[in-house]
Amino acid sequence: MRHLIIGSGPAGVIAAETLRKAAPAAEITLLCGEGEPPYARMAIPYLLKGEIDEAGTHIRKDADHYDRLRINLVQARARAIDIANRTVDLGGGRSLSFDRLLIATGSHPSLETIPGMDLPGVHSCWTLEDARSILAKARPGTRVVQMGAGFVGCIIMEGLLSRGVDLTILVRSGYMVRRMMNPTASSLIRSWCEARGVKILTRTQPLGITAGDGALQVTLPDGRTLPADLYLSAVGVDPNLDFLAGSGIDVDRGILVDPTMQTSVAGIYAAGDVAEATDCLTGRRQLNAIQPNAVEQGRIAALNMAGKPAQFRGSFVFNVLTTLGLVSSSFGEWQGVPQGESTEVLDEARYRYLNLQFEGDRLVGANCVGFADHVGAFRGLIEGRVRLGKWKQRLLDDPTRIMEAYLAAAHKVA
Amino acid sequence: MQKSLHLDPNKCTGCLQCEMACAWENHRSFTIAKSRIKVFTFHHEGRFVPYTCTQCDEAWCMTACPVDAIRLDPVTGAKIVLEPTCVGCKVCTIACPFGTINYVASTGKVQKCDLCGGEPACAKACPTGAITYVDADWTGLGKMRQWAGKTDTNPATV
Repeated sequence: MRHLIIGSGPAGVIAAETLRKAAPAAEITLLCGEGEPPYARMAIPYLLKGEIDEAGTHIRKDADHYDRLRINLVQARARAIDIANRTVDLGGGRSLSFDRLLIATGSHPSLETIPGMDLPGVHSCWTLEDARSILAKARPGTRVVQMGAGFVGCIIMEGLLSRGVDLTILVRSGYMVRRMMNPTASSLIRSWCEARGVKILTRTQPLGITAGDGALQVTLPDGRTLPADLYLSAVGVDPNLDFLAGSGIDVDRGILVDPTMQTSVAGIYAAGDVAEATDCLTGRRQLNAIQPNAVEQGRIAALNMAGKPAQFRGSFVFNVLTTLGLVSSSFGEWQGVPQGESTEVLDEARYRYLNLQFEGDRLVGANCVGFADHVGAFRGLIEGRVRLGKWKQRLLDDPTRIMEAYLAAAHKVA
Repeated sequence: MQKSLHLDPNKCTGCLQCEMACAWENHRSFTIAKSRIKVFTFHHEGRFVPYTCTQCDEAWCMTACPVDAIRLDPVTGAKIVLEPTCVGCKVCTIACPFGTINYVASTGKVQKCDLCGGEPACAKACPTGAITYVDADWTGLGKMRQWAGKTDTNPATV
């Protein structure tokens, strides 16, 4: 049996390892599309800070790891899939045949549609190659204009500031990390950043970028121009689907998968950022570009590819973010649900905030800023759909007792 | 036979010797905030509950780690954090549905129970037998794993 995996991010690597365990004799090929060994984008912020070298970003550290597991790493990008002949076109006349295929091609940065995006000095911050370019250009005094303050935009700030740059952040909407954080949490993060010397302009979408006076000139809607030595574009990500056009594999916003992670074409699976699976809270199909989801889907897909039935029970969105040292996290239905209840506690001076969202006597969402202990229990409570009973009222009175509520309600220890 | 920590809230008096022993073992300090085992207090019920990682088979933390910094100790079965490799991204802290792997701001790394390499300091320090290190079958591990199964998105295992 020939297993081919397109994409060497966390979903692809975990899938390859799971396959090897489940199918000791199978042939396993892992396509790496960037000319790099499998690496973790999650580690790039720490590379920018200088805390690790490039090897520190690698998903597996032992040099012979893939050889030992007989996983063939092939450096190539998939151009197209031929579902009738069971081949993947790699360009340049090369192609690979497969019996089972996993598409784990991840995401790419969304492209801003303003003039000047092709100028030298305009970068995304997504790949190792992007990080190398940023490291080469970001020096003490470098004027950096960054568009976007979502997850990626926030998590790279510390690395940029640690290099002594002058950082201005443009935010299209009214507030930062708006897809993870409610306005209170977001404004705490904003004031934390501003207190550390970051200039933040909200409701600002640049009109274009030009080159002049030995720098980039970023034109703002109010007519001002901001000079920049480096323009970083971090306005979100989109799944890598282009090569699937005309393939016959059903795609909506992502690749549609069933609970076994199989696509509309038998024997072809998808996992990670590209897969559109079911949200276990809302029951709706959605993209869920987070690490724990990628590895879980990769594992489930691989088991099915190896002929061992396994079902993905759905996931929900949760994430943890560090913005210049301030830890925040976001879980599930943090915006609340109709007829739901909520509670919160805020200590603005100490940058601490906790907001809980309930539906009946179950926790369905949360936002945390400055609370980092035992946050995994939020996942346990939400995903386990744990009934809080009398602990719901206690949490409404004091949301910081979340861990006691978890132990009492989920483990029945009190 | 692998051993595991057996935590019995019925015997816990909340003395926090375990937290001090853990903090000393791992940080050479008695700062109990840095302990990997925690005793939670339930005033209404008059109860103390010691709690730490069960070294679960699913090993959510280990699977979710993007940089290979959590490994299996083949001798004890513990999932252990390799500090020099950990970048401090905290993905494991939200992946673990038990809340038992935590970020330590002073080190910039995460930490979790590693069973002290097979001689857990908390069990040694516990004066009432609320924390013991016994054959895995004796513990409530099976019960907890059953519960973990409810949050598990994967009924099949390899």
